[in-house]
Amino acid sequence: MSKEKNIEFIFLSVSLITLFILLGIFAFLFATGIHAFSEISLKEFFLGKEWNPSSYSGPKWGILGLIMSTLMIVIGSLIISVPLGIASAIYIAEIAPKKSKEIIKPTIEMLAGVPSVVLGLIGLLVVAPLIAKIFNLSSGLNALTSSIIVSIMALPTIISISEDVITSLPKDFKEASLSLGATKWQTIKMVIIPASLSGLIAAVMLGLGRIVGETMAVLMVAGNSIAFPNSFFDPIRPITANIAIEIKEVVKGSLHYEALFAMGLVLFCITFIVNLISDSIIKKRVEKYRW
Amino acid sequence: MVMKKDKIKEIIYINLLRISGFISLAILIFIISFIILKGIGVINLTFLTSIWTHNDITQGGIIQAIIGTIMLGIGVSIISIPLGVCTAIYLHEYASNNILTKSIKLSIRNLAGIPSVIYGLFGLAFFVLFLKLGGSVLSASLTLGCMTLPWIITSTEEALKAVPDSFREGSYALGATKWQTIKKNVLPNASGGIITGSILGVSRSLGETAPIIIVGATFFISYLSYSPLDKFMALPYHIFILATQHSSPYAQQYALGTALVLISVIFIMNLSAFIIRYKIRGKKEW
Repeated sequence: MSKEKNIEFIFLSVSLITLFILLGIFAFLFATGIHAFSEISLKEFFLGKEWNPSSYSGPKWGILGLIMSTLMIVIGSLIISVPLGIASAIYIAEIAPKKSKEIIKPTIEMLAGVPSVVLGLIGLLVVAPLIAKIFNLSSGLNALTSSIIVSIMALPTIISISEDVITSLPKDFKEASLSLGATKWQTIKMVIIPASLSGLIAAVMLGLGRIVGETMAVLMVAGNSIAFPNSFFDPIRPITANIAIEIKEVVKGSLHYEALFAMGLVLFCITFIVNLISDSIIKKRVEKYRW
Repeated sequence: MVMKKDKIKEIIYINLLRISGFISLAILIFIISFIILKGIGVINLTFLTSIWTHNDITQGGIIQAIIGTIMLGIGVSIISIPLGVCTAIYLHEYASNNILTKSIKLSIRNLAGIPSVIYGLFGLAFFVLFLKLGGSVLSASLTLGCMTLPWIITSTEEALKAVPDSFREGSYALGATKWQTIKKNVLPNASGGIITGSILGVSRSLGETAPIIIVGATFFISYLSYSPLDKFMALPYHIFILATQHSSPYAQQYALGTALVLISVIFIMNLSAFIIRYKIRGKKEW
């Protein structure tokens, strides 16, 4: 029996690694980031509109403009990807013939395999010039272009999970509605969407997690200006892009380096909260419907 | 009775849904064909097998970046697959529902949601500076390995779930121990799903750029390096620099060529994963 116990113990020890990684990530971000606040006040960090650590007239440490940039991308890309993603999922699950369904779904899931740096390249070469031309701008590197590219990144996540949710609804729901004389669209509107709503919200939350964390595509098409953005035609610089741009150039251990880790900690907390919310939605859904 | 108004509504909405589906599909087809059509022009044997020449990019190839990405793929596999599979086995076959198990599961779900740039910061602080591994293939593999781990655990758990309990019970009834049952009965039947999930996870990590920028991929090394402690080039970072920071008029074309190489590697891996899944599914008799 002791051999069996030993094997179980080995598996348990390996499993603990995941716990240590999560704690390690938090600990390293916290331990380095917290030092930044010995010189930067919390008020300046969270409420300052200007981020300019190497300014000659005294460094500025406000991350509000960066958070605003991230928020603009979140709103912009959700506006595009949520209706498109959920409508596509409904099409695949309810309308498409079975044969085309078997081709469309894996094909869209392949989109998840396109690296973000490649999407950024498409944004740089195709979408940005197009946006500049349509709206008559000198440069197409702005919040709108970033939102379009990031929505493409979120699309496969939203479609794939929404489609799973809709397909997992019991057939009786749909059949009962159809047998009462409801049309296909009425069934979708009155039965399928309400019954799968919490699952669809969870799919959107997971997509949101990808949007907030997206770095490379945004870095390439956002324009990276540190000026506070006022419209979707302004160049922006989200938190993720700012970390990736500046971390290579800073002196390790400097105040700037510590401030970037503090920024990472903010990002970590945002995604942690988004994950907890989507997690609890999924859990409630599982408890509510046991079919 | 379906009224005329309802009929029109029906046609409009159903077609709207259909159009949305086609738009999503069209986006993917456009991206792939754009990369292929624009990138294929620079692909030839020299491009794939020669050393990168920084000053005249039309003369050299991207072999250092290809080797770098292959080494990362091997490194990530060695780190994340064994750890991920063992963790999934523990969670699905051994763990009882206590606080420890719950916190392991919670941390896996959260790790899966952490942005890649945060893994980069962690890799820089822990592997590069704290463990003093430097900006090496090893640091990058460890960083990407941490990121890939939750994906592998999740897909392995799914594969283990798909093995019916009667397989385990049958084995116990014949007097086999738990480990014997897992080794001889559960794992062989779950192997298809485990392999598929692992390939998908590793292929996804190879496209990641932000973490390897932060832990220190380099744009130019003049030699071929095979040591895990050497500096390295990698395909995604190469695309990024060519697209945004290189002054040559041909840079964008070469960025597209490099992108074609990268997505070909990823899609070939994904395709083989799907084929394995399909074949195994065909064989199953339960």
